[in-house]
Amino acid sequence: MTAVDPSPLETRPSRRTRWACIDGNEAAARVAYPLSEVIALYPITPASPMGEHCDDWAAAGRPNLWGVVPDVVEMQSEGGAAGALHGALQQGALATTFTSSQGLLLMIPNMFKIAGELTPAVIHVAARTVATHALSIFGDHSDVMHARATGWAMLGAGSVQEAHDLALVAHAATLRSRVPFLHFFDGFRTSHEISKIQLLDDEDLAALIREDDVAAFRRRGLSPEAPVVRGTAQNPDVFFQAREAANPFHDAVPAIVQEVMDELAERTGRRYSLVEYHGAPDADRVVVLMGSAVGAAQETVDCLLEQGERVGVLQVRLFQPFPAQALVAALPPTVRSIAVLDRTKEPGAVGEPLYLSVVAALAEAMDVDAPPFARVPRVIGGRYGLSSKEVTPSMLKPVFDELARERPKRHVTVGIYDDVTHLSLPIDEDFRVPRPAGEVQAVFIGLGADGTVGANKSSIKIIGERTDRFAQGYFVYDSKKSGSVTVSHLRFGPEPIRATYLIDQADLVACHQFGLLERMKVVELARPGATLLLNSPYCPDEVWDHLPRTVQQGILDKGLELWVVDAYAVAEQVGMGNRINTVMQPCFFQLSGVLPPEDAIAEIKASVERTYGRRGRSVVERNFAAIDASLAALHRVEVPGEVTSDLTFHHELPPDAPDFVRQVTAALLAGEGDRLPVSALPVDGTFPSGTAKYEKRAIATHIPIWDPEICIDCAKCAIACPHAAIRMKVFPEAVAAASPEWFPTKPFRSKDLADHHLTIQVAPDDCTGCGVCVDVCPAKSKSELGRKAINMEPALEHRDAERPRWEHFQTIEPLDRSLLPHSSIKGSQVLEPLFEFSGACAGCGETPYLKLLTQLFGDRILVANATGCSSIYGANLPTTPWSVDADGRGPAWANSLFEDNAEFGLGMRLGVDAQRAMAEALLERLAPHVGDELVRALLDNPQEDEAQIAEQRRLVAALTERLRDVPADLAEDARRLAATARNLVRQGVWLVGGDGWAYDIGFGGLDHVLSSGRNVNVLVLDTEVYSNTGGQASKATQRGAVAKFAAAGKPTGKKDLGAIARAYGNVYVAQIALGANEVQATKALLEADAWPGPSLVIAYSTCIAHGIDMSTSMSHQKDAVRSGYWPLYRFQPGDDDGVPFNLDSKAPSIPVRDFVAGETRFAVLRRTHPERAQHLQHLLQADVDERWRYYEQLAAVARSVPDLTETEVEVSGDGALGPRDEGEEP
Amino acid sequence: MIDLTTRYLGLELSSPVVASSSPLTGAPETAAALEEAGAAAIVMPSLFEEEIVHEELEMHHSLEQGAEQHLEASGYFPNLEDLPTVGDRYLATLESLKRRLSIPVIASLNASHPGGWVSYARLLEDAGADALELNVYRVAADPDRTAHELEQDDLEIVASVRSSVRIPLAVKLSPYYTAMAAFARQVVDAGADGLVLFNRFYQPDVDLETLEVVPRIELSRPWELRLPLRWLAILRPQLGTGTSLAATSGVHSGYDVVKALMVGADVAMVTSALLQHGAGHLHSIVAGLRTWMAEHDYTSVDQLRGSATQATAGDPATFERANYVAALHSWTTPAHLLAGHHRGSRRSPA
Repeated sequence: MTAVDPSPLETRPSRRTRWACIDGNEAAARVAYPLSEVIALYPITPASPMGEHCDDWAAAGRPNLWGVVPDVVEMQSEGGAAGALHGALQQGALATTFTSSQGLLLMIPNMFKIAGELTPAVIHVAARTVATHALSIFGDHSDVMHARATGWAMLGAGSVQEAHDLALVAHAATLRSRVPFLHFFDGFRTSHEISKIQLLDDEDLAALIREDDVAAFRRRGLSPEAPVVRGTAQNPDVFFQAREAANPFHDAVPAIVQEVMDELAERTGRRYSLVEYHGAPDADRVVVLMGSAVGAAQETVDCLLEQGERVGVLQVRLFQPFPAQALVAALPPTVRSIAVLDRTKEPGAVGEPLYLSVVAALAEAMDVDAPPFARVPRVIGGRYGLSSKEVTPSMLKPVFDELARERPKRHVTVGIYDDVTHLSLPIDEDFRVPRPAGEVQAVFIGLGADGTVGANKSSIKIIGERTDRFAQGYFVYDSKKSGSVTVSHLRFGPEPIRATYLIDQADLVACHQFGLLERMKVVELARPGATLLLNSPYCPDEVWDHLPRTVQQGILDKGLELWVVDAYAVAEQVGMGNRINTVMQPCFFQLSGVLPPEDAIAEIKASVERTYGRRGRSVVERNFAAIDASLAALHRVEVPGEVTSDLTFHHELPPDAPDFVRQVTAALLAGEGDRLPVSALPVDGTFPSGTAKYEKRAIATHIPIWDPEICIDCAKCAIACPHAAIRMKVFPEAVAAASPEWFPTKPFRSKDLADHHLTIQVAPDDCTGCGVCVDVCPAKSKSELGRKAINMEPALEHRDAERPRWEHFQTIEPLDRSLLPHSSIKGSQVLEPLFEFSGACAGCGETPYLKLLTQLFGDRILVANATGCSSIYGANLPTTPWSVDADGRGPAWANSLFEDNAEFGLGMRLGVDAQRAMAEALLERLAPHVGDELVRALLDNPQEDEAQIAEQRRLVAALTERLRDVPADLAEDARRLAATARNLVRQGVWLVGGDGWAYDIGFGGLDHVLSSGRNVNVLVLDTEVYSNTGGQASKATQRGAVAKFAAAGKPTGKKDLGAIARAYGNVYVAQIALGANEVQATKALLEADAWPGPSLVIAYSTCIAHGIDMSTSMSHQKDAVRSGYWPLYRFQPGDDDGVPFNLDSKAPSIPVRDFVAGETRFAVLRRTHPERAQHLQHLLQADVDERWRYYEQLAAVARSVPDLTETEVEVSGDGALGPRDEGEEP
Repeated sequence: MIDLTTRYLGLELSSPVVASSSPLTGAPETAAALEEAGAAAIVMPSLFEEEIVHEELEMHHSLEQGAEQHLEASGYFPNLEDLPTVGDRYLATLESLKRRLSIPVIASLNASHPGGWVSYARLLEDAGADALELNVYRVAADPDRTAHELEQDDLEIVASVRSSVRIPLAVKLSPYYTAMAAFARQVVDAGADGLVLFNRFYQPDVDLETLEVVPRIELSRPWELRLPLRWLAILRPQLGTGTSLAATSGVHSGYDVVKALMVGADVAMVTSALLQHGAGHLHSIVAGLRTWMAEHDYTSVDQLRGSATQATAGDPATFERANYVAALHSWTTPAHLLAGHHRGSRRSPA
């Protein structure tokens, strides 16, 4: 084999080195933190953990390199973080920030400034896809490539070790060069991959950071002692020259970076260069790329070298300023063809940025007297790996094959099948890189809730940090927040691990959930002869017959060794509940043989002690008991020689499922999305609604079962269900009589409706088992107090009975929407929810509001949804809970960004209003032909209730019919009217988002939209914390609550968002808590819809970040209201001297202490900072008392809005919906 | 001058009035007020091992809830470096009580498994407790476990704690032992320096509005003192003076203290009366004791203690079954059934 450059890790340094198993985020943060004085932050996936580490370290008082604890400040947006960074830098303070994707885009204006002012700074970026046709949290270079023009140097790391080392290079080089550095690494693949790396120590940092550079930087800081102005406005005379004046600084960067890299090599033995070639010195084909795919490419090259091919790979580390000369110099002079692979897409460009840079570098290099190559190498450009799409040797080898062709494609895509523009290269499924001798690959399939990922992280640390083996872990999650499936990919070996792709030939596959055998590929991931470990409720003698047929076949075909352990039984026995992590972990060690069993047990215990020691002895002891009991429960199964099972995979769709669902959604559900061709996907990101019902995840272990004998018809279970999985229907007696006898009903008690029956039905495969419905059920058995009208029962015992009941339930016609008043609980719960079965956390406090919204007006609303939890559980593929009714109507939903949702929603309103105005004008014009009567009916219909809206739809249908045969001279108008007529039906526009959006990043826009007077309805799902990114404090976080970036309890009070909106006078404002008062909440939504101007509804939303038992998610809200923590009110603007502020809750009857005592977010502070907790709780009580006093006074204040009518008519264009009679004078 | 000093668990006390487990003895401010009012010692609220375990597990569960379940959030709480538990807080309180008070502080412990008793007892000793009160209490609801087995468990606990700490050890018992006299002796033989008679418990109640079963505890009434009075009177002569005895349950006034001392208690422990009337009430209890002793020409607690035990009261049967017969007669006396008669006007059966 041809000589291969040693990878950095193989050069063992002589001095003592410290090893650690950490991920890329931590690797970067461990350098950024000690080298910073100011750290301005805003959470964004996948960069958030970098900031969180810094916050944790600052909270623990860890000093930086100069002995001072950095000031870690959370800002309201990435734009704010960049601004704060810019300001700190102006003072000569060492400052940094971390971000990704849209966050980086928001920083770009300041980045231009910072670079333009030649200010040393580093931004660490976990590179992530920029949202286009869809949001993606995953990794590619589309964000960092957007920063090319800012003037920042760009340094890209390809591994966790590099993320650590190049972070230091960036910090050192920026101080030396004065050019700011963007240090990036691949989101998730590097940011979240755990890898064994050598750590830098403070001496390394101190050696590379030159104090003279720091002092020079400080001297340039602004000071009144030596004042200057910076940031002037310049004119055509000098701006251009001034831009060119900085050239020498940028020109110097490559040499400075190499200088720092060389110093690093001297200290650590890890040698880096701006571009690094790996492969045959006489290669004729070279692939150029950067980032984590380099590892896979190097493996591919090594394998091809073994086969005698002349190939190589060139890794670009410094992307800007582009090291053209170094790149040309690093290429073998023999190279004939080059593929430049970009992890980004720039539609319409000649090629992607790295490709263009390489092409230009080669062109320039060849245009000299003594060119480096005999012939200009041919360069082709390729795209790969968008949104963390896998890039494997099977995908990279065909790139070399393509380069070998006489006429390779000029532009290609790698890793997909493109049957539209035919750019893709085929994937060579047979090409596999042999694994290094001694390497163990293991895959673990589990649930988020069972602790599998935690156990694997522990195993990696044990093996990586306690033995001389290298270790790597990468974790794949599905997109759900409840019942989410996790797949852990672990590699252990004697050599540094370069494979940067998932494992599909594992030596050991462990399935920690027996039920997943029916849903997931399990045996497919095993190599022939591998070990398969199942957590099985069945004993070794019985398990075989419970395996699905394909699993049995796979075991036999591959000759797998089968082991079982009943981990839940062991966990139950030692009081661990459903956490089976410390049961499964010893089994893994036992079967994998990476450590002697007794050593493994001792190490696992030591790891438990380190991880959980501070949580208390009982936690540690229970885990110890689980560890001790585990191996005794582990058994080998004698595999029978034949397939005996009839069980099949659980992916059956109903026969009436739409084609798209059958062809596309079904593939995603089966985990086959990677195989879908380009042609299968919508070209514009538009997907059908109502697909969550096809998932049938069956994740609940217990489901609610209705007892009609006890039920009192209150419908609280249905209104409280976060997943729309428990439903109520009311129907005529005759329908009940015609139902099968196994379908229970009971007479419906209602003063509004006689001779009807009611049923409460669970959707057994869609329920998450959260228990909220049972918790809120007020009906108790007279003879058995513990029994209610619905009770959680084991799903296994009831699913078979409930499935046909659910099927039958769906065939029953929904009750006529006009029969019951919608403001009552029963009245809203007979309405069909058009938001169902979301993957939100079990017991989510947000989703009941959305469901109720769709019950009230789902068939005529547009939803603008801010990015956050609600956009993820609302529309993360494979399915969406936003649904449609029998007529095909339902909420039309779209997500733009996190920060702009209010403006986005306002735009929707403007769009509707503009088309409605046009339709109205056309109606008037076409009246003689379509009929005056019809036109008047359409224009005069107030559309205030269901009947009028139904009538309007009928009228629009009639209009459409009449427009078919208008005279030719009116045909153009008729066509226009036909295209816009649907806007004559009243539509509500709802702007939905969380507190992170409304209180923080989107507040400016929200404030502006509220001030516009336009008819938009804002629903803020206020969890008082950034829920989606993992619990960071927002301005909605209450005083004294512990959150990320408020580890010692938030010292300041919650912003009164409602007060700001009320100040406009003409904004309808309500504060609601569905679990505390369903009727008030419903009324508020109805009033917001009816109010023709802007409305703001702030909805208290319980969240797992509160640290409560989520089965009490709804009932817990009662105490929030009773304590005055969350007062309920409705502010109804009016133009008479009325009292607009209605205080809907009673004066506080319990102290706030009693409410917060049950929430970990508050309770934890009493453990960690008892005196501060007491102080903050005292202040929180004072906040509550004072707010109540203020609200009580408001509830007596008369107020009017003088120009209200004018606003309504002119601005909303929707005067018919006003609260006043038509024609009344203002 | 009346000498109120007494010895309890080897501790020299300024009076026989001790403030027993309650929220008042669990906070430095109120404990200082008790000392100010004349408490001779305080017994801290019990450290319940179950409470520690419950809190640790609940907190753990709560912090782990949602952890590693979604790609965007590895967890929902900051990484807290230090998380003190109930036990840590108890020890911290004990230390601050010791710093603040000059009277003895007796720690109280209720563990749920053998290892727990020993390990926490050691921690309490290390934190400076002057003595330790073991609160052995359980509901014997397991039909497979006999009285003998349960008693053996209790004795093992006492023995194991005794062998692992040096500070004096009291055992607080419930009145629900079949053979109290025999068991009391066994407890002393197992290493107890004293007995505290008796425990009072939370009992289940039914809330008729919410239709829920709720735990409740009522403050004691003075008549509840009778039960400890009987057993102190019986046990004092049986156990001899080497064993300390404390009366608790129904001690509300100086008179109650007098009665407790007369039947052989070394100290009387007060809780409910203090919760009802505040820490300052302790002062009036001590004053009541002093007044009674002065009025009856007693000069010291030593003189009073044990003057009415089963051995010294003249009629030993008073404390046994015959007493029950007399009591029945007293209840059938028609006088108190007449309208307008206050309960307090009932004639004493004696």
